[in-house]
Amino acid sequence: MFSWDLLANAVVAGLLLGGFYAAVSLGISLIFGLLDIANIAQPAFVILGSYAAYVLHEGYGMDPILTGVLFTPVFYLIGALVYRVYYASFERRGDEALRGLVFFFGVLFIIEVSLSLKYGVDYRLVQTGYLSRSIELGGVGVAFRYLVPCVVGVAMTAGLYLFLGRTFYGRAIMAVSQDQAALRLMGADPIHIKTIAFGVGIAAASLAGALLISIAPVIPSTDRDYIGRMFAITVLGGMGSIGGTLVAAVILGVVESLMATFFGPSWSLAVSFGILLAALAVRPAGLFGR
Amino acid sequence: MSRVVLALLVGLAVIAAGIALAVVRVNPYFYFAAYVILQYVVIATAWNILGGYAGYVNFGTPAFFAMGAYTAVFLIRSVKPPLAVLILAGGLVAALLGLGIGYLTLRLRGTFFSIATLALSVVLQTIIINWEYVGGSRGLSVLRPSGPPFGNYVVFLFTVMLALAVIAVMTARFIERSWVGRGLAALRDNEEAAECMGVPTLKLKLFATTVSGFLLGVAGAPFPYYVTFVEPNSAFALDYAVNALAMPMIGGTTSWVGPVIGAVLLGTAQQLATVTISSELNLLIVGVVLVGFVVVAPEGILGLIRRLRTR
Amino acid sequence: MAGALLEIDGLTKRFGGFLALNQVSIAVKPGERFGLIGPNGSGKTTLINCVSGSLPTDGGRILFEGRDITSMPAHRRTRLGIVRSFQIPKPFRSMTVLDNLGIPFENAARARGDDAADTREILRAIGLETKAHVKPAGLTQIEMRKLELARAMAARPKLLISDEAMAGLSHAEVDDILAILFQLNAQGITIIMIEHIMRAVMRFSQRIVVLDAGERIAEGTPDEIVRNPAVEKAYLGE
Repeated sequence: MFSWDLLANAVVAGLLLGGFYAAVSLGISLIFGLLDIANIAQPAFVILGSYAAYVLHEGYGMDPILTGVLFTPVFYLIGALVYRVYYASFERRGDEALRGLVFFFGVLFIIEVSLSLKYGVDYRLVQTGYLSRSIELGGVGVAFRYLVPCVVGVAMTAGLYLFLGRTFYGRAIMAVSQDQAALRLMGADPIHIKTIAFGVGIAAASLAGALLISIAPVIPSTDRDYIGRMFAITVLGGMGSIGGTLVAAVILGVVESLMATFFGPSWSLAVSFGILLAALAVRPAGLFGR
Repeated sequence: MSRVVLALLVGLAVIAAGIALAVVRVNPYFYFAAYVILQYVVIATAWNILGGYAGYVNFGTPAFFAMGAYTAVFLIRSVKPPLAVLILAGGLVAALLGLGIGYLTLRLRGTFFSIATLALSVVLQTIIINWEYVGGSRGLSVLRPSGPPFGNYVVFLFTVMLALAVIAVMTARFIERSWVGRGLAALRDNEEAAECMGVPTLKLKLFATTVSGFLLGVAGAPFPYYVTFVEPNSAFALDYAVNALAMPMIGGTTSWVGPVIGAVLLGTAQQLATVTISSELNLLIVGVVLVGFVVVAPEGILGLIRRLRTR
Repeated sequence: MAGALLEIDGLTKRFGGFLALNQVSIAVKPGERFGLIGPNGSGKTTLINCVSGSLPTDGGRILFEGRDITSMPAHRRTRLGIVRSFQIPKPFRSMTVLDNLGIPFENAARARGDDAADTREILRAIGLETKAHVKPAGLTQIEMRKLELARAMAARPKLLISDEAMAGLSHAEVDDILAILFQLNAQGITIIMIEHIMRAVMRFSQRIVVLDAGERIAEGTPDEIVRNPAVEKAYLGE
């Protein structure tokens, strides 16, 4: 059952979803794309951010995006700590392949099960006044619930892009991703730089999680839905390309939206998985990869 | 007496002991619990062939296990073949899955294989949920065949799983001591050097994924008859994902002994714990213990024993 | 070149936009002691990676004993007899020194039907027999380098590519490794030596090729190379 209206709505929804997916994937784009650390616990941190936003909204009526922003320093510190443990236990010993991966899986697991124990398996959603509204753009209804996260996601992407390109620490992170030895010669400590990068990546999860719970209901196992998406976006966009992340996120969002509209919503996860496998098989460097 | 013959005799002796236990009926709960523990021996051993021997981490154990279970469900519902056929079919389907994922990702870094397996479970679960013939999200009831050996189907399944565990362990041991096992160890230590020293790394990796997948599917195939009601949440349970990692990691990944130790220890502990604490708390503890071991004692119990012996 | 053991014909390799090797052609005769030198970044290790099969090429052909091996996977090239050692040693950490040699013996030599290699004898010849049951973590720098060479020998090479096996070693240690390489050549193994230690290359090589910025800029005997102004310019700049 096809109609141009349906198509237009699906595409617009997909574009908006893409902006949000970019927000969710920024952390991995930084940590895995640039630092080459396979932090599969990232989605769990996003969910953690979601629950933080939920708890503060239920308890104090705090706006979720505000919570997401406020918790950024907390998440940054958590990220820095996690990286230090990872470095001391694995990276230094050259063990990161097997054991590092298992470590991150363990962290993912612990976060998910802890949330499950504390908050149960009921779906949680945050609804605020302004998020329930919608506007008409060119004949297509656009819900604020999707528009706001998209705008924030694009802003986060732009912010990270500028951070990496224009600030000292940002450029140091880019340098570390390419040549650790050269960085040492410049007088900067690669471990310190990587700690900052990892911290920033986890901090991004805080805000992304707040956006997530504004868009759709969340349960502790929702993190597993995003693993495929995050990595599909990072690989498709090109490892280390922040702009590529946004492009890939939008592509994924549109494809998922079209699939959901015309074939049913349960296939959206298969989409990201399919894109991930296809990207790995055909062009592992991604669209804009180095 | 050659070592292979000796190993075979030990295996047969273990199976004989199991049969004896089946004939001499003990507390019925024993068979339920022992089945689960033996199932984990197969799962942990299977995981370790790829994870411990080759160094490629599979996070999607539930996908392979459930493939075995749902292949069985499909066949039970359509053709109702004997259990042996179910087991073989479950194993073959899971093996193909392993081969497929391996072929697509193993030419790249191991990290991508791991990430793909992580996403795999979620996707497969979605597909099963949408497949009404095998029960979809509501699940499916399965009737156990009548007239089982030993008079009780669960007791029978216990002996079957014991035999499968013996087969799995012997397979792992056989691989470990062969040129395949040595080649896998070389590629685990340094893949580029192994390839340049003549080790056919891609072929060995695909072999390991296929065998590992096969054994995981084999572990899952009797599951429908064990639980009698199959639904996605239990077939794809997170328990399988974390235990498949934790048991070899805790026991020790470099030899076939480790997964057995890990499965027996952790499996027994979990069986005892389910009556006292919630299953979620149980899982949390497993997760914490896993992280603890990975950080502090990466060689597992076997490694600790080795270190104590060389003191 | 007719009768060449290894023939590299117009080899090209790119990394993204960077041209690492540009139409490089080299021929190595059977039994030859061949030196490959050039300033850092000139493409020597990239060339070796292409020859051994660790890297795919973007153009040109590689022929071994007249056979086109350009798209052959690395492990099959090793079985044919092309063996390389690594600049930064890559031992199999979980195995003893003896077992490290067992891997190439099992997978390369024996696959060719060549059972003659005695891994213990190789260790004796190279001076590592006392460390046979030690794991690589317990080896010194020069012992690690020797292990690299011993492992290559266990693969029964027809062509051995030694990638900077002497970097960072003392004068006496360099002579040690050099003696081993001379000995291997005397047994009929063709050897390509990549080195920065000039006295070693000059003493060892019968013929030398110089690479600079991915291109072949000179070829000749050690004496000819030393007197070649293009070579001097490549190393010292204008």
